[in-house]
Amino acid sequence: MNSLDFSIVLQAWPYLWSGLLFSLALTAVAFVVGMVLGTCFALLQHFEVPVIARIVRGYIALIRSIPLILVLFWFFFLVPIVLGHLSGSGGPVPIGATWTAFITFGLFEAAYYSEIIRVGLRAVNRGQFEACQALALSTFETYRSVILPQVLRVASPIILSQTIILFQDTSLVYVLSLTDLLGAASKLAQLNGRLVEMYLVIVVVYLAISSAASQGVALLRKRYAIAGARR
Amino acid sequence: MVQQTAVDETSRPQAIVAVEGVVKRFGRFTALNDINLSVRAGEKIVLCGPSGSGKSTLIRCINHIEKHDAGRIVVDGVELTDRMGDINNVRREVGMVFQSFNLFPHLSIAENCMLAPMKVRGLSRAEAHERALGFLRKVRIHDQANKYPGQLSGGQQQRVAIARALCMQPKIMLFDEPTSALDPEMVKEVLDIMVELARDGMTMVCVTHEMGFAREVADRVVFMDRGAIVEEADPETFFRAPSTERARDFLGQIIH
Repeated sequence: MNSLDFSIVLQAWPYLWSGLLFSLALTAVAFVVGMVLGTCFALLQHFEVPVIARIVRGYIALIRSIPLILVLFWFFFLVPIVLGHLSGSGGPVPIGATWTAFITFGLFEAAYYSEIIRVGLRAVNRGQFEACQALALSTFETYRSVILPQVLRVASPIILSQTIILFQDTSLVYVLSLTDLLGAASKLAQLNGRLVEMYLVIVVVYLAISSAASQGVALLRKRYAIAGARR
Repeated sequence: MVQQTAVDETSRPQAIVAVEGVVKRFGRFTALNDINLSVRAGEKIVLCGPSGSGKSTLIRCINHIEKHDAGRIVVDGVELTDRMGDINNVRREVGMVFQSFNLFPHLSIAENCMLAPMKVRGLSRAEAHERALGFLRKVRIHDQANKYPGQLSGGQQQRVAIARALCMQPKIMLFDEPTSALDPEMVKEVLDIMVELARDGMTMVCVTHEMGFAREVADRVVFMDRGAIVEEADPETFFRAPSTERARDFLGQIIH
């Protein structure tokens, strides 16, 4: 058994770095799209908007019951066909692996974030809504200034967990032949036979990023903590 | 069965709140059954009665937090219908103080008082801040303006809630058992503010069992039971010689 040789990691760093950047970019886009869309989904259910709320509920149930990797396949093959039909071009309109990844991750995460926000909305005391009504605040202001800020504070640890899972799930883009951090590492490992070194380094990178994210959220929670609130 | 007094008859023309034949049901339970009440500008009314008698439901109908099923409610010349514009016009002029304060926990005391004046009345941040400090001073809590609700005692929080409502400069204030959730030693500080407000001429409708307060400021005491107004009288008459059996029972239970 040879001793560990980490020099290979240094040489391969630019490739790993590009994989890491892709993972981070995909996480960031899926987070923003997922949170915005997920909040809308949660509010549509919260307001019990006729028909639409049921469609949203069905969508979330569906997405949550199938694995992400299947959704990726599905989008990769299905969306081009749908686009082809819609545009009347006859054949499928390919949207490319990268776009597929960004769209799929965004839509997939929206279902999970939506559930988190929905539970958070139910946790807000009814008195908060009544106080807003009594002050003649519009529905928009009620949610923007009073309700959602409280929901986000309460839900932030769960949102963080979901986002860390999202970051780890970006490795699934290998099925679309895209290269994320783990994909880059595994390709290099197989190329040069240094599997142990490569996967050890990757563990450290994942650990560092997840800890940094946890620290960041802890700081945010401290910065926006509700003073005097019981935890 | 309702004991009408002369005060009530003369009040009709200038009523700022007129409740006529109002019915409110929760499922099969009738919470309000044909309620008639009119409140003149500047009048102070204390609503009392056993729990479940419908007194909280009645004042929550006045600013349409509860929707009445039948009858008419007219506040400051605006009838409450399903039209959101009318509802919000009424709510701008009607302040409400809740039993459980309902301050916004993520906003500072000053921001609690500034939110609605800025978003609803269109005040600038500076104007809203100045107004907030003015009313916080009135409830003697301006030195806590930068703290958060969770850092204050119950009595302090309720005084902030009163200031928050006053910052909208309402014509009418509704109080829904404002001292019921407070520790006994904090009741007086809230009642003192309410007495001052009454002396300033505010129109007030208060659900409360604080009979000392009722004696001191109320123009009329309205006694409710099982969704109906059973008796209306000036406080002296009501406490000394209640004319109905149910009011006598009720007073016997709350005055130990």
